[in-house]
Amino acid sequence: MSELVVRDLQRSFGGVQAVGGVSFTLRSGDLLALIGPNGAGKSTCFNLLNGQLKPDSGSVRLDGTELVGLPPRRIWALGVGRTFQITATFASMTVAENVQMVLLSRARRLFGLWRPAAAQFREPALALLERVGMATQADRPCGVLAYGDVKRVELAMALASAPTVLLMDEPTAGMAPAERLALMALTAELVRERGLAVLFTEHDMDVVFGHATRVLVLDRGRLIAEGSPDQVRADPRVQSVYLGGEA
Amino acid sequence: MGAKVSTETTRPMSFLLVQALSGLATAATLFLVSSGLTIVFGVTRIVNFAHGSFYMVGAYAGWSLIERFGGSPAGFWGSVAAAALAMGALGAAMEIGLLRRLYRSPELFQLLGTFGVVLVVQDLTAWTWGPEDLLGRRAPGLKGSIDILDQPFPLYDLVLIGLGPLVLGLLWLLFNRTRWGTLVRAATQDREMTSALGVDPARLFTGVLFLGCALAGLGGALQVPREAVTLQMDMAIVVEAFVVVVVGGMGSLTGAFLASLLIGQLQAFGILVFPQITLVLVFLFMAVVLVLRPHGLLGRADEVPPTAPATVTVPLSAGRHAGTWALALLAILAAAPLVAGDYALILLTEVVILALFAASLHLLIGLGGLVSFGHAAWFGLGAYGSALLVKHLGAPMPLALAGAPVLAGLGALVAGWFCVRRSGLYFAMLTLAFAQIAWSITFQWYAVTGGDNGILGVWPPAWAAGKATYYWLTLALCGGTLWLLRRAAFAPFGYALRAGRDSGLRAESVGIDTRRFQWMAFVLAGTAAGLAGGLYAFAKGSVFPTLLAVPQSVDALVMVLMGGIQTVAGPLAGAVVFHLLESEVMSLTDWWRLVLGLIIVALVLVFPRGIVGFLSGIGRRA
Repeated sequence: MSELVVRDLQRSFGGVQAVGGVSFTLRSGDLLALIGPNGAGKSTCFNLLNGQLKPDSGSVRLDGTELVGLPPRRIWALGVGRTFQITATFASMTVAENVQMVLLSRARRLFGLWRPAAAQFREPALALLERVGMATQADRPCGVLAYGDVKRVELAMALASAPTVLLMDEPTAGMAPAERLALMALTAELVRERGLAVLFTEHDMDVVFGHATRVLVLDRGRLIAEGSPDQVRADPRVQSVYLGGEA
Repeated sequence: MGAKVSTETTRPMSFLLVQALSGLATAATLFLVSSGLTIVFGVTRIVNFAHGSFYMVGAYAGWSLIERFGGSPAGFWGSVAAAALAMGALGAAMEIGLLRRLYRSPELFQLLGTFGVVLVVQDLTAWTWGPEDLLGRRAPGLKGSIDILDQPFPLYDLVLIGLGPLVLGLLWLLFNRTRWGTLVRAATQDREMTSALGVDPARLFTGVLFLGCALAGLGGALQVPREAVTLQMDMAIVVEAFVVVVVGGMGSLTGAFLASLLIGQLQAFGILVFPQITLVLVFLFMAVVLVLRPHGLLGRADEVPPTAPATVTVPLSAGRHAGTWALALLAILAAAPLVAGDYALILLTEVVILALFAASLHLLIGLGGLVSFGHAAWFGLGAYGSALLVKHLGAPMPLALAGAPVLAGLGALVAGWFCVRRSGLYFAMLTLAFAQIAWSITFQWYAVTGGDNGILGVWPPAWAAGKATYYWLTLALCGGTLWLLRRAAFAPFGYALRAGRDSGLRAESVGIDTRRFQWMAFVLAGTAAGLAGGLYAFAKGSVFPTLLAVPQSVDALVMVLMGGIQTVAGPLAGAVVFHLLESEVMSLTDWWRLVLGLIIVALVLVFPRGIVGFLSGIGRRA
């Protein structure tokens, strides 16, 4: 059982508060959605959690270990995986090699100068690609894939490090509706099967209310609601933020 | 005793003052040239290697005009202005003919393309004005000197000192009080926006090149009364101007002014304290500034986005049956002494050495996306390492050859720590700076390195003196190292290096310490280049500072580029073609710089994927 405890996270950019005092707890088995209008601070929040940005104040603890101040690669090594809103893969490598890189990194074998990388961890990489439905494209260069396929490769890469916490920034952006639901169904399955704790952002409300176990609503850097999908849907403040009524 | 003390306490004061003033005069020239460079960079995002050429030609043109018309003050200043305007026109022509096609190219192509212009201009200048240094006449009305605390100081230098702030002021007015200047500033901040404002960016850019190159020409023409006009002026000034622009913050005029002042003083006083290593001081200063203030003294992070290496979507290819081909090639090369004569063997030995040199650079560029503009430093350090071991310690060849990669690797270890802290253009500038440091040590530390005269008599011992024996030795060492480099490229290490290049963000987020891999690659590449350098020293029997100079670094880049970046075999093909061109074609003409320069420009414009890439592209289409 893992627990990511976020307390009073704050970050400003040049006087503008992007994230102001966000607190929540993410546990194994959670599929927690972070929603909010554009510019609410969702991506900043993600970047604070995985160490890409440093918060002005606040703490992020994984099972008691403080993550604030650690570089992204250390946070990753502690078991926090991440996918990006704008896809980031190794474009000059094949799909399988992308996943193999993560497996090599996890096994601390990256400094090898002798044995070809393409032959190492290929089987486990293929198994992960099978899981996300990308095994048939394993040997294509990642740079030529369709956008939705890259998103699935990213998921396989995130899973390759066997994380306990997974941060997914808009995992289904750019996908067709059927694909979105399939990807989230897969994610929900992984959460149950591996006891993952997943935090994801999403614009598609069907995806959010169809799969999330809990929902956080962020508006102008602050959490304005938290609860089950039904509770959040019924919350008048959330409705006013989304429907533009008086707050 | 007491009287002596009193003179000694007054003399240093006036002496120091005059020294500071001459530092200011140097700074004024430096500012004129670097202001042009930084303006051009700010708008076009191109680091114009040819900027120093406009300075040099400005000086030559100024010399001719001043000889003819410079008898009167009006004639003199008119000549200076005419030379500056002529350089502006040449700069505009270069923008239209070359730069315009390079705006969207990777920085490697921009640096190389403009370096091609440097070579072409060098030969055209030598052709027009001859190879002799030219001494110009003094400025009429400003021939004398005035006494400052009893120390004479040239009047003309005093005028120069005033000219620096004057030009800064005029440029400030131009950029802040005119419509054109406002547009240029807008373009500096956001190129896309300018075209949205209904301004023709092409004309704006041409105008900026005119201004920048005119400033360089002005700086050059103003040197005529101060120093001899020579064919070496271009590289000397452009490298210093790079330092000024990088230290001041790329694109910042005030930064360039401040940096010019600092570097002028550093040079004026450095020569008193460390006369042997003034150049080293300047480059060390730049390296330290870059590490402490990554965007220079007055540069702002958001003004200059880090230039990302061109996105590579083509996987690195070994080619089909690569192993078989490599073995076949090796067999043919090993059998060469059975048929080839001595001359051909010497040529082949050099080709094999250069192939290793190029391949070591390819490790940085092709895998790490790290464009080094100073890779010759490690080649040269290796060569000097071997030569010094032989000359000063009487080391036998095997020991001297072993020392070469060790010395180069240690050098790369130190320099690499600084260089990998920055990416893109700043990385290129830092590597260039370290190469210049190494070069100036070999050039200025006369007692140990022999300076310009180099070190002679570095020959293999009797058992390896035969051309065939030395060739086999070279083939074995270079072939073995190439094989190791190739293994490393396809091993996790090479993949991790590519991962950092493809997406630094993703690499960091899956536990890859990109910077550490880049550092390691830097050391590895430096070590391999050092071995090549050591072998080269024994092949040639001598070493010279030119082995570490900028043209040698550019040769390596051209070899890599000729072969194509995304192929492992590329550097090898590039080395063969380049060396044959160099020794068989360019040696037939005295104008080899012209030929090489045109080849480089053509390569950058026509074959951006290199020869191997071009051929395999044809093969794929057929």
